[in-house]
Amino acid sequence: MLTALPTDTRLGELWPDIWQATGETLLMVALTMLIGGTLGLILGLGLYLTRKGGLYENAVVSFVLNVLVNFFRPIPFIIFIAAVQPAARLIVGTGIGTPAVVFSLVLAAMFGIARIVEQNLVTVPPGVIEAARAMGATRARIAATVVVPEAMAPVILGYTFAFVAVVDMSAVAGLIAGGGLGSFAQTFGYRQYDPAVTWVCVLILVALVQVIQLLGNTLSARILRR
Amino acid sequence: MTHSTTPAEPLVRLRGVTKTYPAAKGRKEVQAVVDVDLDIAAGDVQAIVGYSGAGKSTLVRLLNGLEPATSGSIQVGGTELVGLRERQLRPIRLGIGMIFQQFNLFESRTVWGNLAYPLQIAGVTKAEQQRRISELLHFVGLPDKAHTYPRNLSGGQKQRVGIARALTTNPSLLLADEATSALDPETTHEVLRLLKQVNEEFGTTIVAITHEMEVVRELADHVAVMENGRIVESGPVYEVFSAPRQPVTRRFVGTVIDDEPDPDALAALRARHPGRFVKLELREGGPRQTDIFTVLLERGIAFELVFGGIEDIQGATFGNLTLALDGPAASVDEAVRELAALVPAKEL
Repeated sequence: MLTALPTDTRLGELWPDIWQATGETLLMVALTMLIGGTLGLILGLGLYLTRKGGLYENAVVSFVLNVLVNFFRPIPFIIFIAAVQPAARLIVGTGIGTPAVVFSLVLAAMFGIARIVEQNLVTVPPGVIEAARAMGATRARIAATVVVPEAMAPVILGYTFAFVAVVDMSAVAGLIAGGGLGSFAQTFGYRQYDPAVTWVCVLILVALVQVIQLLGNTLSARILRR
Repeated sequence: MTHSTTPAEPLVRLRGVTKTYPAAKGRKEVQAVVDVDLDIAAGDVQAIVGYSGAGKSTLVRLLNGLEPATSGSIQVGGTELVGLRERQLRPIRLGIGMIFQQFNLFESRTVWGNLAYPLQIAGVTKAEQQRRISELLHFVGLPDKAHTYPRNLSGGQKQRVGIARALTTNPSLLLADEATSALDPETTHEVLRLLKQVNEEFGTTIVAITHEMEVVRELADHVAVMENGRIVESGPVYEVFSAPRQPVTRRFVGTVIDDEPDPDALAALRARHPGRFVKLELREGGPRQTDIFTVLLERGIAFELVFGGIEDIQGATFGNLTLALDGPAASVDEAVRELAALVPAKEL
């Protein structure tokens, strides 16, 4: 006799775990965006400021930063997370679980965000920077009070993009016993042949991404409108 | 900024100034500015004209050290700029305002925020900032735009904000880099009037880079013409306009003042107007038009103005008139001789 699919799902009893997994995803992504976002901003500023014609033009530093970013950025996260496991053990004390996942996410996000930041900063018209120089502003002041504010609207869109990418990457956490919706969907949905669980996880992720994208768009548009 | 200059000493003094961009990958060495000597008196409006690539944009950036000179001497208010480090140049730049073709306003700041920026660098108190900004917004005629963002301003309004922002720190020198080149003729005229007002009311010395002779005619006291990095001709505007020596200068002057019709125009004019064509140069202090026309009327010569006209340059008369003279050959001969004795005349 055929079993009706819905009656076969454990969705009903899994709800508390789903909400916990949602919380874990939010925590991982938030921590990553906070730490990786800050480090990425600094690294992106470094890329921007040291490039040819930049405020702190420095061919050597620029070359080193570019090699670093270009080395780490193309590595698929599923491999990256395994590759940096020794470093995770060294720095966060463990190679598995959510802390190790966050460590890997921070690193990956930092290099990705650095490029996004750099690409948006280069859109600031050189004339505006020249105007600030002509007023006697120091280079550090120009970077902090002209370059970053002038590029704020596209940078926010860039961070929104990165946020969605981090949600995507965080799904791989299960590989090293991290939590979150991604690994939950794999464990209790995919492996248990329970598509209902998988789809609930998918819908929660979609909702999360939608909210973030909406927030990013609104914020960016508000800055652009002025 | 106060200067220890005596009236006899120029505010800006350039001697043998050269700027060379070294050869780089796929690019030959570029001599942007070559051996330039120039004195600019305090309170003067100095125009520097030239086609794009003539080196004028580089030259103006040497005056506030945005670009370092390769060699020579650049003194502004008695201070030598050549050889100074960026750190040493910064306080000097507070005394030199600059405005730009593309305005270069901070889009992320309101008009107020734009004007406050240089004052914050100068370390001026909030109260003093407030006073200075509202004073300048009134001066440029935008008192109601304080809280507007630049993107909501027209081109002319943007340049007014640019001018106000450049004046906040009371500079003795204002550098204008193609300040009206992005504006339509009517707005250009308004901005030039405002700059003239800045010069007259605050005594601000202005160095205006331009490729538009209109700017020179309306604004400048002195003009220097640049070509291939060199100043090829310079002097008071009226003198340069009335007796341009270099071909490049003649081309520039020709854009605002009709000299004589070119061969094509001349042929077309001859087809429509009978008689002999004579070009007369009228200059300030020379014979009046009535004296010239009397000569023709007395001999019963019919005449028409077929080309040229009278201009006003810095309050002085300036004109090139091409007349078609029609009458008995002997009378016309005599009239041409007599006219030539009065003013520079040339038969075409």
